[in-house]
Amino acid sequence: MSKLDHSSPSDLFQSGKKETRLFAYLCAAATWSSAAILVILLSAVAFKSWGWFDWQFLTSYDSRRPEKAGVFAGLIGTFWMISFTILFSVPIGVGAAIYLEEYAKDNWLSRLIRVNLSNLAGVPSIVYGILGVTLFVRMFGVFGEGGHLDSFIGWKVEELNFWGISISLPLGEVVLAGAMTMTLLVLPVIIIASQEALRGVPPSIRHASLALGASKWQTIRHQVLPAAIPGIMTGVILSISRAIGETAPLICLGIAAYVPFAPGGIDSPSALIEHPEGMLQAPFDYFTVIPIQIYNWALDHREAYKGLAAAGIAVLLLMLLFLNGIAITIRNYSNRHIRW
Amino acid sequence: MPELPSITPELQIECEQPQPVVATHATKIESRHLDFFYGDNQALFDVSLAVPERSVTALIGPSGCGKSTFLRTLNRMNDIIEGTRHAGEVLLEGRDVYGKKVDVVALRKRVGMVFQKSTPFPKSIYENVAYGPRIHGVKDRKKLDEIVEKSLHRAALWKEVSHRLKDSAMALSGGQQQRLCIARALATDPEVLLMDEPASALDPASTARIEELIFELKEKYTIVIVTHNMQQASRVSDYTAFFYEGKLIERGGTEELFRTPEKQQTQDYITGRFG
Repeated sequence: MSKLDHSSPSDLFQSGKKETRLFAYLCAAATWSSAAILVILLSAVAFKSWGWFDWQFLTSYDSRRPEKAGVFAGLIGTFWMISFTILFSVPIGVGAAIYLEEYAKDNWLSRLIRVNLSNLAGVPSIVYGILGVTLFVRMFGVFGEGGHLDSFIGWKVEELNFWGISISLPLGEVVLAGAMTMTLLVLPVIIIASQEALRGVPPSIRHASLALGASKWQTIRHQVLPAAIPGIMTGVILSISRAIGETAPLICLGIAAYVPFAPGGIDSPSALIEHPEGMLQAPFDYFTVIPIQIYNWALDHREAYKGLAAAGIAVLLLMLLFLNGIAITIRNYSNRHIRW
Repeated sequence: MPELPSITPELQIECEQPQPVVATHATKIESRHLDFFYGDNQALFDVSLAVPERSVTALIGPSGCGKSTFLRTLNRMNDIIEGTRHAGEVLLEGRDVYGKKVDVVALRKRVGMVFQKSTPFPKSIYENVAYGPRIHGVKDRKKLDEIVEKSLHRAALWKEVSHRLKDSAMALSGGQQQRLCIARALATDPEVLLMDEPASALDPASTARIEELIFELKEKYTIVIVTHNMQQASRVSDYTAFFYEGKLIERGGTEELFRTPEKQQTQDYITGRFG
C-alpha cells in the first residue's frame, strides 16, 4: 500500500506532460509553416498571372509580343511526350516489377538489381538528360554527315521514309527522344512503386489461387495484378506528374522553347480528321513542353514575360493538381474496397 | 495398367466389435516412406499413411510436428516454397503425385484445399466461387451459375448469400468467409479436400457449422483435416493420425485411438500432458 501512495495515477503522467505538449507544438509549427509557404507561393502565382491566364493564353503559340503569346505548343507537346512516356514506362515498369517480385529467385544478381533500382531512383534528373542526348538525340554519332557510318563506309544516312513519314537520323530533339529520356527517368520509381504494390498483396491470396489449380500466370493475371493495380496506378500517376514538371533533362536534350507548330501538324480535332497520318509523324516531330516555355519566359527581363511565366506555372500546377486528385481518388477507392 | 485401389491393411485394426466402416473404405490417397525437407531441415521422417476415401481423417499433434507439412505434400502446395525436397511417394489412386508427368494444376483441381485463415479474393461472392471453374475453362454463363449455386448449397452458404452474390466477399463474417472458401474449393469438383485448421480462427457457433458441414461433405469427398482441437478431431473424424516431431506415431480409427492409444506419446498428448 505504502509503495503505491507516493505515486498516485496522476503523478505517473505528470512528468511527461510538458514534453508531450512541447513536441506537439513543434510538429504543429512545422506543418503550418510549410502550409503557409505553399499559400504564399500559390497566391504569388495567382497574383502575377492575373490578366495573363485566359483562353487566348491556352490556345496560342508563343509570340514575340507578350499579349499574343500562349502555352499551346507546350500543352500539346507535354501531352505527346507524356503519352509516349506512359506507353513505354508502364508496360516495362510493371513487367519488371512482376518479374522481380513473382519470378526472380533470391540470388546475388536479383539483390544487386533491387538495390540499384533505389539508387537509380535517386539519380539527379540532369544525368538522365545527358544519357538521353547521347542515346536518343545523337544516337552515339552513328548517323548523319560525318557520323561513324559516313566516315567508315561512306553511308550518309540522314533520314528514313516510310509511307510519307520522315524519321530523321539521328533522332534529334523530337517527341520520341524526350519521351524515351523521361521513360528512363520514371522507370525506377514506377518499378519500385509497383513492387511495393505487389508485395502488399498477401501471400495467402496467391496460395488460395494456386490451391484451386490456377497456374502461376493465371494467379498473377487474375488475382495478384488486379489487387495491386490501385497501388501501381498511384505510383504511375505520381511519377508521371513528376515527369510533367521536369525541366533540366529536357534543357539538356536541347528541346526548343519556341515551336510555332504542333507535332504532326495536329493542332485541332478537325486537323486530325483531315490528315490522320499526322499521328504517325508526331513522335518524330520537334516539340516543346510547358516547363521549357516557363523557363524561357522567366529568363526574359521584361515585366510582361513574368506574367506569362506565372500563367504557365498556373497551368502546370492545375495539371499536377488534377493528376494528384486522380491518384488520391484511386487510393481512397481501394482503401474502401480492398481489405485483407 | 491402372492399379486397383487397395484395402488399407493398417486400418483393419484389431478391435473386438466388428467395424464394417473401416474395412469397406478403399484407399484414396496415401504416402509411402515420405521424407520431406525444408533446405537442411527434415520436417517429415518416413511417413506412411493411407487415407480411405469418403471419410474424414484428422491429423493431430503439437505445433511443428509436421502435420501441416504432410497435408501440403498431398497437393504439392509445398512446391511453392524454395529449397524444399522430398523422398518417397505420395499416391493418389495409386499414381505418384510427384511423378515426372504429373500436371500440378490438374492435381490441385482434384485435391482441393481450405486454409486456416479464410482467404476470399477481393471480389464478389459470385466471382470467388466461379474463379476455379473459370480458370479450368468453363465459359458458359449458365453452367457457371449452376456451379456457383451448387457449391454454395454444399457449403451451406446459399441461403445467406443467394440474394447478394454480387456483393464483395470481404463484407461477409469470418465464418461465412470460411464457408465461402470451402464453396470455392468445391466448385472445381475435387475428389479430396484438404483442410488446414479450418475452424481455428472462428467463434464456437461458426465452428459448429463448419464441423456439421465436414460431416455432410464426407458423403462425397475424401477429407483430410489438420486440427489442434482434440474434441474437434473426435467429433468430425473417422480416422486419426498422430504426428510428433515429423514422425507418424500412431494412426487408427478415431474412437480407438482416443480410447485406447497404443503409444505412450499419443496417450500423453491426447490427455493434455504436453503440446
